[in-house]
Amino acid sequence: MSARINVTLNKLEIGKSASVVAVHGQGVVSKRLMEMGVVPGTAIKVVKAAPFDDPIEIRVRGYSLAVRRNEAESVEVTF
Amino acid sequence: MKDATHKQPAGQLMVALAGNPNAGKTTLFNALTGLSQKVANYPGVTVERKTGEWRADGKSIQLIDLPGLYSLDATSLDEHIASDVLLGKVADVAKPDAVIAVVDATNLERNLYLVTQLFEFGVPVVVALTMIDVFEKQKHEIDIGRLSKLLKVPVVAVDASEGRGIDELADAVASAIASPRDSAFVAEESDSANAKIFARYAFISEVVQKSVKHNDKAAHDRSEKIDKILTHRVFGLAILVGVLLLVFQAIFSWAEVPMHLLETGFGAVGDAARAQMPEGILADLVVDGIIAGVGGVLVFLPQILLLFLFISILEDTGYMARAAFLMDKLMSRFGLHGKAFLPLMSSFACAIPGIMATRTIENQRDRFATILIAPFMSCSARLPVYTLMIGAFFTGQTVLGFLSLGAALMLAMYALGIVVAVIVGFILKKTLLSSTPAPFVMELPPYRVPDVRTVLQNMLTRAWLFVKRAGTVILAISIILWALAYFPRTEAVNAEEGSPAVETVQLQNSYAGQLGHLIEPVIRPLGFDWKIGVALIASFAAREVLVSTLSIIYNVGKDETEESPTLISAIKGAKDEQGNTVWTPLTALTLMVFFVLAMQCMSTLAIVRRETNSWRWPIFQFAFMTLVAYGAAFMTYQGGKLLGLE
Repeated sequence: MSARINVTLNKLEIGKSASVVAVHGQGVVSKRLMEMGVVPGTAIKVVKAAPFDDPIEIRVRGYSLAVRRNEAESVEVTF
Repeated sequence: MKDATHKQPAGQLMVALAGNPNAGKTTLFNALTGLSQKVANYPGVTVERKTGEWRADGKSIQLIDLPGLYSLDATSLDEHIASDVLLGKVADVAKPDAVIAVVDATNLERNLYLVTQLFEFGVPVVVALTMIDVFEKQKHEIDIGRLSKLLKVPVVAVDASEGRGIDELADAVASAIASPRDSAFVAEESDSANAKIFARYAFISEVVQKSVKHNDKAAHDRSEKIDKILTHRVFGLAILVGVLLLVFQAIFSWAEVPMHLLETGFGAVGDAARAQMPEGILADLVVDGIIAGVGGVLVFLPQILLLFLFISILEDTGYMARAAFLMDKLMSRFGLHGKAFLPLMSSFACAIPGIMATRTIENQRDRFATILIAPFMSCSARLPVYTLMIGAFFTGQTVLGFLSLGAALMLAMYALGIVVAVIVGFILKKTLLSSTPAPFVMELPPYRVPDVRTVLQNMLTRAWLFVKRAGTVILAISIILWALAYFPRTEAVNAEEGSPAVETVQLQNSYAGQLGHLIEPVIRPLGFDWKIGVALIASFAAREVLVSTLSIIYNVGKDETEESPTLISAIKGAKDEQGNTVWTPLTALTLMVFFVLAMQCMSTLAIVRRETNSWRWPIFQFAFMTLVAYGAAFMTYQGGKLLGLE
């Protein structure tokens, strides 16, 4: 079994795909992310970053979602 | 608990429309209700309520359009209201007999999340599947029958712009109400909030897997290709600036002819009215008070309409989300939300559509902060004032060798507005309007060709809102201002009716003139005398009124414009009782600074009242903007004197 790497979404390189492990945090941001479909097991791909390197655009469940890097930090992914 | 404070007329069904933003809900609502739709606020809150009548099969159904939502978990105000409506807890709104869930086929999984929550409300659900044409173009396949079986609700494919599927939708609603079924999925009560979300998506994944065949080779969207350019790390911003410039250019040039037509039109109406009415107070009130006052503001309607049009197009094509995406980092640094960018930019033409466009900002406090600073963006009504001041005192010189002094000053005024807006916004967010940071998490919807009918309907609805709202306030204030300048009457002293001298003396002796004298001590430190004071008072209703009021005060006839040489020389030559010159370049600069920062638009205040649903905020806005304007003007004038610029 190849080693899997766990990172937080804000550190995932542009162009890379990963799978969600967990969404940490109790606040509105985590809740909103989960309601939008970012739940454990979901496939995610980081498409690009905005001009000032923030927010990032991710592809999830067939649509595009923009997330600030500090918000993406609460999402743990593995690839 | 069912609230039965409102009973539908016997036999009339009440159906709610729910769905994600960008799912085609508004287009469907427009197609079903047409011109019967009404827009208002829910009692006591700032959430918009849209209702309308749907005539289906000769029967009349009351339709209520719930706010676009991703979830019904009652954390935001919108979600609270929607949830209350579905439970029948909102006064004046009957509990819906059914809910039409608008589901975007190209975004099935996320859209179905809301549907699973709707199951918990005990109201029959019908799914209206939209964007099927796009879905099929991408060569995916969907088994609607299977989907319907798995969800245990009718699923009807609709194309609102083409009008297809509407009858089937009506039938589905009728049958869903007549024979309600068990919910296909209900989250475990005992589960934690997060566990419920996971469970819903697990159910959804299963349903979608069984009823949809995805084309994995789907050319990664037209949208992604377009975004390669439009949200490019380097060119994206340049393109955004270009788009904005184009929009402003279009607005200003296309609005010119209609505005001239309106101006002449109102003038003609005024003349006709005067001809019809016997001389006297009533005629003067109607012509100079009502028609002139209301006309003066409605003349901006072409610009406002065009702005609504462009904002609508930018929203519906999906570009607005890209603008927020590109600008969010910069805006956040100043305590603002990326979504505030376009509303604030729009305010450079007119703050009113800009303020109405803040509806896209979900967090109430962020939204209010944006509304409060929007008027600092120099709107087009300030241009006549800048033009007059610059034309009188700042022509013929260049700065940096190529830029005319006038242009440089103009730019400086715009920049001043922006800088102050940013500072005030920052302060507001740190004090009065501070809140836990709201999620930015924002969908970037696929690019779409906007539905013409929806765009036009949106534009007309908002414009009508403006006319109605601002119109009543404008009417009231126009009459008051007219009265202040009209009374007490000065007897004409061997002069002809209508000659400048009579009007000038009348203004000087009127209550408005007296007020000017009254506030003179307050405005002296700004370098203003009582005559400027009168013009200032008048312009608090609408900025461009400054020009016509100055014309009257300086005796050049009330039809002069900001480019009139006679007005300009009158201003330059104006002397006070001691024979000193009243106006210096510094005075003109101070006046401009005041106009950049002061709240001098009753229409804006009326709209802020509507959008914030209380008088508190417009009053607060008026107060703090006046203070800021006074302070800045004071510093400009006194500072300028200290520097020997007098």
